[in-house]
Amino acid sequence: MTSDAPRPPPPQFVAKLRRVLGGRAGWGGFVLQLLFAAALVWIGYEIVANARANLQSQRITSGFGFLANTAGFDVSQSLIAYSGSDSYARVFLVGLLNTLVVAIIGIFFATVIGFLVALGRLSPNWLLSRICGGYVELVRNLPLLFQILFWYLAVLGALPGPRQSISLFASIFLSNRGLVVPKPISAAGFAPFAIALLVAIAGSWLLRIYARRQLFLTGRLLTIWPYALGLLIGLPLMAWLVFGVPVRFEIPELKGFNFSGGSRVIPEFVALTLALSIYTGAFIAEIVRAGIQSVHKGQMEAGSSLGLPRGLALRLIIVPQALRVILPPLTNQYLNLTKNSSLAVAIGYPDLVSVFAGTTLSQTGQAIEIIAITMGVYLLISLVTSAMMSLYGWRISRSLG
Amino acid sequence: MKRVSLVFTLALSAVLWSQAAAAQTLKTVTDRGMLSCGVSQGLPGFSLPDDKGNWTGLDVDICRAIAAAIFNDPTKVKFVPLSAKDRFTALQSGEIDLLSRNTTWTLSRDTSLGANFTGVTYYDGQGFLVKKSLKVNSALELNSASVCVQTGTTNEQNLADYFKGNNMKYEVIAFGSADETVKAYESGRCDVFTADVSQLYAERLKLSNPADHNVLPEVISKEPLGPMVRHGDDQWFDLVKWVLFAMVDAEELGVTQKNVDEMARSDKPELRRAFGTDGNLGEQLGLTKDWVSRIVKAVGNYGESFDRNVGVGSKLGIARGLNQLWTKGGIQYAPPIR
Repeated sequence: MTSDAPRPPPPQFVAKLRRVLGGRAGWGGFVLQLLFAAALVWIGYEIVANARANLQSQRITSGFGFLANTAGFDVSQSLIAYSGSDSYARVFLVGLLNTLVVAIIGIFFATVIGFLVALGRLSPNWLLSRICGGYVELVRNLPLLFQILFWYLAVLGALPGPRQSISLFASIFLSNRGLVVPKPISAAGFAPFAIALLVAIAGSWLLRIYARRQLFLTGRLLTIWPYALGLLIGLPLMAWLVFGVPVRFEIPELKGFNFSGGSRVIPEFVALTLALSIYTGAFIAEIVRAGIQSVHKGQMEAGSSLGLPRGLALRLIIVPQALRVILPPLTNQYLNLTKNSSLAVAIGYPDLVSVFAGTTLSQTGQAIEIIAITMGVYLLISLVTSAMMSLYGWRISRSLG
Repeated sequence: MKRVSLVFTLALSAVLWSQAAAAQTLKTVTDRGMLSCGVSQGLPGFSLPDDKGNWTGLDVDICRAIAAAIFNDPTKVKFVPLSAKDRFTALQSGEIDLLSRNTTWTLSRDTSLGANFTGVTYYDGQGFLVKKSLKVNSALELNSASVCVQTGTTNEQNLADYFKGNNMKYEVIAFGSADETVKAYESGRCDVFTADVSQLYAERLKLSNPADHNVLPEVISKEPLGPMVRHGDDQWFDLVKWVLFAMVDAEELGVTQKNVDEMARSDKPELRRAFGTDGNLGEQLGLTKDWVSRIVKAVGNYGESFDRNVGVGSKLGIARGLNQLWTKGGIQYAPPIR
């Protein structure tokens, strides 16, 4: 550094820190905030300590030791192996997975329904747009619990009993006990078949990347779908012919009261997922419609004047722009659907609230711990969902520039 | 349902954060001028409101008897209907003064919930209700059946034990309230509805055609039902306990709603003690000397209450069975008032 260099500016660090910590009020404000935070911590500590002391004095069992105890009750649907001799921690896991599976499948169908209905509502076809409008108005104005009970009791409950079940090819059975389908069991040719399928998928993916590159580099639009289709069907078929049958099916049979063998989808699950998808789908339809209408109509006209058909113009021009508007309220709907799935207890679907905040709570009596865990889990699910949606939003906003 | 349990949990937290250690329940009740009693959401014979909102039933009579003993007025009770899974939290949080809601006495409930059972109002057991058209005559023929049960009950666990113990498979569908459970059973979602036998008889009355349904002969568990109070208030525990004993002792002594005034003038030493003409036993409980006659005038003795609500004098028509007095072949037995 030479002597004739300009004097460095006075250090800004302290002033900046002051502004960040204390805002406009300066250091005084910072002290105030510190005191406030300390008070919050103190209140939190008092709450926990006091609750502990009082629980002890009333001799109400507390702590999380109960999670290791044997549950002693059964659950109608579990994605992992579970029996009554497993622990409450396992019950928690079973309930959580049941909640998640309803949430994920519900979100998928609600999104599909929402987009289709929105497009239908915006369609120039008078009848289609009125039907879609009617659907939205009907569904979003009826209470959700009522709709769940309707699907469960009025629609699925009206199905015949297992002995009179509706059967398809004598292997698929629909009754008021749910839908029973043949269960695939892997046979000798399963591994080669799966490998062939994976190779085919990877091949098609590479083909697509190649086609896109060609499009950007040379402007040629390659038709790749016949090759991809050939790969996807041909390779696994060849594996089948060479190595033998990949899967055998276990056909369900009526034994005693119920079907044995096969896999079963219980009606509680169907009713809950159906009601949640249809209900949330109506809200999503309105969000998507608003999003699409928020894109200036000049964009559509520009697309048409380029010679793009309506569908392609929607897919390539309108929807990507609309997504920026759609995404935040769409996230809300996803979160709502997940939380609404806790209405499951009304129809006996074993979700987290039913088996953990319900049965486990009343068996152990440890309300504070269980409600705290349950609330924490819903919070976590919601935060993860909204983080994923934010990530997606960040990606599309980046690609739109 | 979820909201209700959340409300109770929040209330519980609030109480636990603020509560003074020694709870004076009797004083609280007297100051309030009203007893707050947790009952079922509607179970014929045990606790059920009529179309005017008047509650009746065996469990309700316990609440009324306590109100009569304290206020000399059996109507000074606020009934709080609770689902099976909310009941304990409501008691712990102080929302109710006692829980009189066909609740099974078990070791874990007695020790870990911060509450005590005060006695047995009804000796029950778990059974199965099936449609007659299924032609099932024994619970052992229920392999692979679908079973509806109310969640948060001992029934749910007994069911698992019974099917496991007999190497039978089953599918359980657990509902939040008794009404939902019965509705699912009636719609054919399950082959079997399981609950305490008394409850099966009661719920069967609600079905559209009760005669089409059969209670199987097997009783798979012991379900002693009784009232519960919070830990930490021995005076209140004694009071609730002795109100039930007084009803049973009254039956044993032959005191009924009709002859109570006449019996009060009797010279028999045990009657003089019970009616407070000799000694101050009622006052030792924190009540008045005439507590027994107040109780019997209000709800009758145990046998009268039983017959009126669940026994031969009611629609349920359940025989006394185990609930007969010990002197008549049953196991209802109360310590002496002396």
